[in-house]
Amino acid sequence: MSLWMQRTALFLLTLAAPHLVPNDYWIGVLTRICLYTTLALGLNVVVGFAGLLDLGYVAFYGIGSYIYAFLASPHFALHLSFWVALPLTVAIAAVSGILLGAPTLRLRGDYLAIVTLGFGEIVYLLLINGDRPVNITNGVNGILGIDPPRLGSLTFSRNHEYYYLFLAFLLLALLISTRLAHSRIGWAWQAIREDEVAARVMGINTTKAKLQAFAVGASFAGIGGGLLASWQRSVFPDNFLFYESINILAMVILGGVGNLAGVVVGATLLVALPEIFRGFHRYRMLAYGLMLIVLMIFRPRGLFEGNRVGRREPETSTLEEETLSLVEPGPPVGQ
Amino acid sequence: MLKLSGVVTSYGSLPVLKGVSLEVKGGEIVCLLGGNASGKSTTMKTILGTVPPRKGTIEFDGQRIDGLPTAEIVRRGISLVPEGRRIFARMTVWENLVMGAFTRREAPADELTEDLERIYGLFPRLRERRDQLGGTLSGGEQQMLAIGRALMSRPRLLLMDEPSMGLAPALVDLVFDIIREINSRGMTILVVEQNASVALSMAHRGYVLKNGRIVMHDRASALLEAEGVRRAYLGEA
Repeated sequence: MSLWMQRTALFLLTLAAPHLVPNDYWIGVLTRICLYTTLALGLNVVVGFAGLLDLGYVAFYGIGSYIYAFLASPHFALHLSFWVALPLTVAIAAVSGILLGAPTLRLRGDYLAIVTLGFGEIVYLLLINGDRPVNITNGVNGILGIDPPRLGSLTFSRNHEYYYLFLAFLLLALLISTRLAHSRIGWAWQAIREDEVAARVMGINTTKAKLQAFAVGASFAGIGGGLLASWQRSVFPDNFLFYESINILAMVILGGVGNLAGVVVGATLLVALPEIFRGFHRYRMLAYGLMLIVLMIFRPRGLFEGNRVGRREPETSTLEEETLSLVEPGPPVGQ
Repeated sequence: MLKLSGVVTSYGSLPVLKGVSLEVKGGEIVCLLGGNASGKSTTMKTILGTVPPRKGTIEFDGQRIDGLPTAEIVRRGISLVPEGRRIFARMTVWENLVMGAFTRREAPADELTEDLERIYGLFPRLRERRDQLGGTLSGGEQQMLAIGRALMSRPRLLLMDEPSMGLAPALVDLVFDIIREINSRGMTILVVEQNASVALSMAHRGYVLKNGRIVMHDRASALLEAEGVRRAYLGEA
C-alpha cells in the first residue's frame, strides 16, 4: 500500500472512529486521545526536537485552561467566542513559555528538569491559592460554567461533536510539528540537542532557538488547555498535578522521543490502555505499569526509533522514503 | 586579514585574556601555542563571538567584528573547527555537513551541492560514509567531518582548536597534511595547538600565549629554534 493510501485510510478511520466504538463513554476516550496527543506533540517539540527535559509541562496546560476559563465564563463576566478566546489563550501560553524558559536557558539535563519541575509546582500552587487576597483563580473550587464552543448555529455539547473539534486541532498540531521538524528551526533544534556548543559555532542563535521551542511547546499546551476547559466546562487546580507532566512525558518517551508517529501512538496507547485494563478492576494500574516496564525493556528507544526526525540526503532517497521514515523506525543507531 | 588589539576577555570577574594582540595575514597558517589554561581556546571563542571581549578590538578585513553575534561573524567568513571535534553524533555525515552551512540561508541548492562535492573531493571517506551517523565514525574521520563542516560556511579564515587532540600519531600527520592542503588552496588558517613541534613545522608564523598574554611571536622556524619554546613545549631541558 502506498504511503498516500495508508494516510488516507488512517484519516478515514479517525473520521469514522466515533461510530465504531460501542458507546458515548468511548467517544469521550477518543476525544481524550486527541487532547493528549496534541499535548504530547507540544512536549515533543521541547523534549524531542530541542532535547530540553521539561518536567513542568503541565504548567502551560494549566495556564492555557485558566486563561480560556477567564476569557469565556461568568467568572470575570467575559464571554468571548471560542474562536477569539482560543487564539488569545495560545498567545498568552506562548508568552508564558518564553517567560518560564528564559531563566532556564543556561541549564541542561538534570538541572533543567529540576527547575521546570519547580515551575510546574509553582503554577499549581498559584492556581490553588489564587483566590486571596484578590480572587483570580477561585482557588480549589475552580472555575465553573465555562462557555462551550459555538460554530455557526451549532453549540458543542455532545462528545462526538467535541471529538471532531479536538481532532481538527490535533491534525493542525501534527501538521505544524511535521513542518517544524523539516524547517530551518527544526535543524537548529536538532543541532542544539546533539551539541549546544557546536550548534552555536555553526552560527545558530541557541538562545532564540530554545525560547522558540518553549514557546511552540507552550502554545500546543495552550490549545490543549483551552480545549479541556471548553469541553469540561470547568477547570480545577487538580487537573494540573505533577502526575500529568509525567504522563505526557511518558507518551513522548514510549513512542520514541522526537518521532511524530511515535508520539501519536504513545499518547493513544497511554490514554486507551488504562481504559482497556478496566476489566482488571483494582489491578488496572498494575497491569498498565507492568506493560510500560515490559515495553521499555524490549524497545528502550520507544516503539518507534526515537531521536530521528527522518531526513536523508535527497539524492539517496526519494521524498516518499523521506516522509516514510516518519512512520517507520529509522536506521539503527550503532555506537 | 584578522587583527586583535589589546583584547581582554573574562569569565565573570576572572580575566582569561589580558590584552592579546595578534595578526593573521591572508594566505597564512598562523599557530597559537600555549600550555593549559593559557587562554588559547578563549582566544578562539572571543574571535568567533561566543564569548564577548571586555576590552580591545577585533578587526576582520578592516572591519570591527567584536561584539557581533556569532552568526554574523560566521556569515562574514570566519569558521571554527571546535576543540574535541564536536560533531553531531546522531546526525548523518551529510546532515553534519549541511548543518555547517546553517548561516547561508539564501544560498541556492546547487551551490550547496557544489560545496558538498568539493568537500567529498577533499575527503573521499566522507562521501563513502555520508549516510552513516557521525557518532559511528573513527576519530580521524570525525576530525575530517569537523573540518568539512566548518568549510561548508565558505569561510575565508578557518580557526582550528587543537585539531590533533586525541588522535593517533599517524592520524595527526594526516590531519596536518589536510591543513596544509586546504591552505595551499588559498585558505587562511589560525590553529591552536599543544603539539608545538608539528604545528610549527607546518605554520608560517607563531605566537606563544602564557597566562593570557602573548609572550613571544616570530616566524615558525625561528620559534622552533627559540630556547624558551624548546624548553616549554618541546620537552627539552
